[in-house]
Amino acid sequence: MTAIEVERLRKQYGAKVAVDDVSFTVAEGEIFGLLGRNGAGKSTTVDCLAGLRAPDRGRIRVAGLDPRRDQHELRHLLGVQLQESALPYKLTVAEAMRLYASFYRNPADIAGLLDMLDLTEKRNTRYRKLSGGQKQRLSIALALIGRPRIAILDELTTGLDPVARRDTWALIDDIRKQGVTIMLVTHFMTEAERLCDRVAILQAGRVAAIGTPAELARPTLEDTFVALTAGRH
Amino acid sequence: MRMLTLTEAKLLIREPLALFWGLAFPMVLLAVMGLSSSDIDGLPLVAVYEPIVIAFIAVTFGLQGLPVQVASYREGRILRRLATTPAGPVRVIGAQLIVSLTVVLLATAGVLAVGRLGFAVPLPRQAVGFAVVAVLAATAMLALGMLIAAVAPTARSAGAAGTVLFFPLMYFAGLWTPRLSPTARHVGEFTPLGAATQALRDSMAGAWPHPLPLAVLGACTLACSVAAARLFRWE
Repeated sequence: MTAIEVERLRKQYGAKVAVDDVSFTVAEGEIFGLLGRNGAGKSTTVDCLAGLRAPDRGRIRVAGLDPRRDQHELRHLLGVQLQESALPYKLTVAEAMRLYASFYRNPADIAGLLDMLDLTEKRNTRYRKLSGGQKQRLSIALALIGRPRIAILDELTTGLDPVARRDTWALIDDIRKQGVTIMLVTHFMTEAERLCDRVAILQAGRVAAIGTPAELARPTLEDTFVALTAGRH
Repeated sequence: MRMLTLTEAKLLIREPLALFWGLAFPMVLLAVMGLSSSDIDGLPLVAVYEPIVIAFIAVTFGLQGLPVQVASYREGRILRRLATTPAGPVRVIGAQLIVSLTVVLLATAGVLAVGRLGFAVPLPRQAVGFAVVAVLAATAMLALGMLIAAVAPTARSAGAAGTVLFFPLMYFAGLWTPRLSPTARHVGEFTPLGAATQALRDSMAGAWPHPLPLAVLGACTLACSVAAARLFRWE
């Protein structure tokens, strides 16, 4: 079954075309990478998938639902981790988890999730006092608290040190094993190679290439990425 | 919704400065007035100031607390994050309004208690009328605060707008000169806090508030709410 279907998506802001004629599909259980330089249209695509913005043209289905029309139902099935994590500074980890758990019909076990994300010791720490990696892990935990069928993780490991990055990758493997379809938005090629079953490279709002990391490696994924996206923005 | 409201209440309790200005300061201000033996038109200063201090509470939470909080939630992308959950961003604003209104009414009750217990100011004789005006004054200020939050691009600018509006609003409430000139008083009747103080004073003395101040407060609440809902920027 298809988890995400995007067909000829187009979105423009004023005169600027952010996304133009973008199509791809993500199969259930797959880890799909959306790659591109800053401003390539990744975030706009994510916003449209999450129902935060209405596309100007094209058709989107996430878990078979229209993100705008079926917004409410989709919010139960889709977990989103946005680029900058966003919580009040004085909220503690456990409070944030309980709050977000209260939004969903059938939330995941908080203690189990904190354990899996190595946050149990920090459960009474306020958000402001967390390190970058801990904030990131909390934001992943919040994206997973509603037991989503599909998770969109945006700039997952930006700002993490190499060890924290490896740990996060291992975590993504674990999440996939639980049957969650994952869309990973990134500009780290090693991350995409290590985690993704397939990737799409966006360039100036269009899909420049799509395939498995091995198919696109000429000779490495990064070389292909640079060849497709360098220069012109 | 219950969880969101509880969380917002907890977050407010963790802001000692906001609680001081909104809750403790009005009581201290009233107590200071109570220590003075002067009176205005035969009323002790503390009784004259009680409705003014109550207006001050509404303005503190409505114009300084709420808009900054809501704007910082937008700036910190908290509203956006919530938009991806089944709760949506509207409810967290609802929770903020509930918490703000509750605290304003608690602080108002606290000021009445300080006046009564500390300085023998009688409790409002027209209690129902007083309650109606106190709630309307609070909603008018919260609605105006939401209008600021709707259009202010950042928490800083929301705070600045609240402070700028504070002075004229509180001038007509009589914070600096409780006995306004007849002209200023007449103009003040058409401002929300001028109207509120007048109506609070009347109901304290035992009269049902006049329709004009109730209409002014109602109109302010309605107009600001509608404008805020229309103009609200989610991002």
